Amino acid sequence: MTAMDDNIREGVDRETVETVRSMAGKYKYGWETEIETEFAPKGVNEEIVRLISRKNEEPEWMTEWRLSAFRRWQQMEEPRWAMVRYPEIDYQDQYYYAKPKSMQEKPKSLDEVDPRLLATYEKLGIPLREQMILAGVEGAEEAPAEARRVAVDAVFDSVSVGTTFKEELAKAGVIFCSISEAIREHPELVRKYLGSVVPQSDNFFATLNSAVFSDGSFVYVPPGVRCPMELSTYFRINAENTGQFERTLIIADKGSYVSYLEGCTAPRRETSQLHAAVVEIVALEDAEVKYSTVQNWYPGDEEGKGGIFNFVTKRADCRGDRSKVMWTQVETGSAVTWKYPSCILRGDESQGEFYSIAITNNYQQADTGTKMVHLGRNTRSRIVSKGISAGHAQNTYRGLVSMHPRAKNSRNYTQCDSLLIGDKCGAHTVPYIEVKNNSSRVEHEATTSKVDDDQLFYCRSRGMDEEEALALIVNGFAKEVLQALPMEFAMEAQQLVAISLEGSVG
Amino acid sequence: MMALAQAKRAATEARLAALEIPAGGGWAARAREEALARLRETGLPARRDEYWRYTDPVALNAPAPEPAALFDPQEPMPFSEVDRLKVVFVDGVFDPEASDDLSMAGIEIERLAEAAARDIHWAKDLYGVLEARGQSPVPRPLAALNTAAATDGIVIRVTGKAPRPVALIYLHRSETSDAVLHHLVRVEEGAELTLLENGPAAARLNKVLEVDVADGGAFHHVRAQGRDHERRAATHIFARLGEKSVFKSFTLTVNGKLTRNETVIELTGDNAVAHVAGAALGDADFHHDDTVFITHDAVECESRQVFKKVLRNGAVGVFQGKILVRPGAQKTDGYQISQALLLDDDSQFLAKPELEIYADDVICSHGSTSGAIDETAMFYLRSRGVPRDEAQDLLVIAFLAEAIDEIDDEAIADDILARLQAWLARRRR
Repeated sequence: MTAMDDNIREGVDRETVETVRSMAGKYKYGWETEIETEFAPKGVNEEIVRLISRKNEEPEWMTEWRLSAFRRWQQMEEPRWAMVRYPEIDYQDQYYYAKPKSMQEKPKSLDEVDPRLLATYEKLGIPLREQMILAGVEGAEEAPAEARRVAVDAVFDSVSVGTTFKEELAKAGVIFCSISEAIREHPELVRKYLGSVVPQSDNFFATLNSAVFSDGSFVYVPPGVRCPMELSTYFRINAENTGQFERTLIIADKGSYVSYLEGCTAPRRETSQLHAAVVEIVALEDAEVKYSTVQNWYPGDEEGKGGIFNFVTKRADCRGDRSKVMWTQVETGSAVTWKYPSCILRGDESQGEFYSIAITNNYQQADTGTKMVHLGRNTRSRIVSKGISAGHAQNTYRGLVSMHPRAKNSRNYTQCDSLLIGDKCGAHTVPYIEVKNNSSRVEHEATTSKVDDDQLFYCRSRGMDEEEALALIVNGFAKEVLQALPMEFAMEAQQLVAISLEGSVG
Repeated sequence: MMALAQAKRAATEARLAALEIPAGGGWAARAREEALARLRETGLPARRDEYWRYTDPVALNAPAPEPAALFDPQEPMPFSEVDRLKVVFVDGVFDPEASDDLSMAGIEIERLAEAAARDIHWAKDLYGVLEARGQSPVPRPLAALNTAAATDGIVIRVTGKAPRPVALIYLHRSETSDAVLHHLVRVEEGAELTLLENGPAAARLNKVLEVDVADGGAFHHVRAQGRDHERRAATHIFARLGEKSVFKSFTLTVNGKLTRNETVIELTGDNAVAHVAGAALGDADFHHDDTVFITHDAVECESRQVFKKVLRNGAVGVFQGKILVRPGAQKTDGYQISQALLLDDDSQFLAKPELEIYADDVICSHGSTSGAIDETAMFYLRSRGVPRDEAQDLLVIAFLAEAIDEIDDEAIADDILARLQAWLARRRR
């Protein structure tokens, strides 16, 4: 933490510094689970792709889908445009499939799951037994049981360990299971939607994922159903030299609602590990999806050794009119982050929102942001991004707001704030703004001086000064979003909201 | 990727084959050779290049320019009322007959070829030097091409306070002219110069201006790019600023099929100030691109970018602006605003306002907005009895005011404002 001690300048309050320090200083999840693991041979080739497909007992069409992705991937080049530097990745020098030996026989219920795996999740504070309440959350005992139930799909290295509350969700018609199970049990849904938001050959990392993804979560919420509880997936990388490639597909049918949470951690290791995930969300007419992430992969040590390379493609297609997708991300982990959760606002009056807090410390590098592609009329989007950079870290916001000629009367508001702590780090903003009609309004700001004027005016008229009013407004909606997270995430994330806006630069 | 590189190489060689690199030896020849090597390394720009995604460089790259019809604006030239020293170029060639006597107190003006003919000349340390520095981190191949092949230009050394502005006047007389001009300005310690530029110059213009402002010097630049509808231009300004120096540049662009104005500024001395501003008004077949890159490499410097565009009938406005604050450039004050007023539904505004900051004690901000005329303001004016057209013009002028305010000299600012009003009045007819 020495890097953070020098040159903390005036105007950055102590609390901010302490909060960042406690967040980024100690990685709580760096321990490893001792468990025998079965690996596929190192490297990636058509044989490995077939092997993964075979292990997941997939139908022929899925194997072919993977193979065609793999062939495309071989023709592609790794993107280098992001403001991140990392050593050449040897794609043949890592494992693409790792599975605890005790998972050889698929456990029929959670009771049959290896206790060491259950203990792992327990230690992480993730409840895998339905009667269990969220571990270590103060006051949870008094909270009504209904309010704190979260269904969890736990992914350990390449396989899903188990999914909770499946029966109860099924009663409501909600399908929540691992993607490998969905491919077997619900092929018609998977075939229809897989790759329809993030095409097979969308980009280098997504294409690799299409070829070798091993597991992930699948959610289908039928028309008019409000999912009775929060859904959550917890990703844990445990094995060494192993890449994790998960694939998540969420379909919210007409008029449905679902809130989905994602968490992830990994052990402390000397060498870097690759994580290339794809998340696809389809929101049909009047559907609403909230997707929240607390990304806490191992960030590497203070010298920048080790850590996860996090190359993630997340995209939501607001296909139906009046559909809505909200992305919330709290990015504190990973050595390198390359991630742009996006919204295609195809339906008229559809809405996309993106709220992000990214903290980088030591030698972490984050290049993250969003794309809001407005295609439908009267579409709305809002982007709020806060980047905090300390030590020798680099933190970049990269975003696109595009208003197509058809997207009449649309609206975007973007605000990016960055805070630098120390003089060895960097904060960067790379927004792309493309406006192709005049009835839409686009506003991009990287200052803290102009939030919504009406809100500001309201607060000012109540006697607050501008700083106070601003803090209230920004904290206000950030809190609202953070409260949607599971409690242990929310507690972690709420510490971040305390971070002062003072000394911000765009 | 290989194929793309090959296509680039082919386009570059085709362009070079059609160019005549001026003969002569000495420092200029060496600078030209080095620039040629720079160009061959990057190749001419292509749509796939990050900083050309919004502007198609094909017409700027082509071996021969597209012909551009001559155009008579039927009005006095910009800055006619200003007492100025006129330097006239016709289709990219210096015209001594039409120009004033080049001697003036506190200033030395020569033709580039005259300077290049002498072994010992201050221009040796500037020609292609700032351009070469400006190639990293973003390549500017058209500027390297210019250094390699510039056929004319003037070099100005300012040693005192120039008593009147120097005005570069670019006349367009041939429908197929292809001008490659390269000017140098060296403002010595405590010296001051105002440089005016106006006119279309040629059917196609490639122009580089390298400006080196020493400690305490001041350089003011105002340009009105020609009203010719069919002209195309790629211009670059490369400036290096010493301690407590001032650089201010404003550009008015009305019409022109394709304009790409790049400004690359390095603040190398403490307490330096750089302001770059532009107002662009485009109708229909108009593509205007402002690309600005400001590097803060000293403490307590100030930079300001103010760019406003008014677009209609399918006109396209592009803004790519960057503030780079290097490690140690503390107390930087960087500001950037880019705004577009779209008068109808067919026009486009494409922007990429960037910040790259490696110092913590800085205030850097940027804003970018795009939208139609504010209906509330329109309603207010209409309710006061102002006719719609007039009200719209008033709101357009108000929108552009922040950019015009960047011009310090009132007479020059009035001249620019009059031209804006004339443009609006013409559109109303």
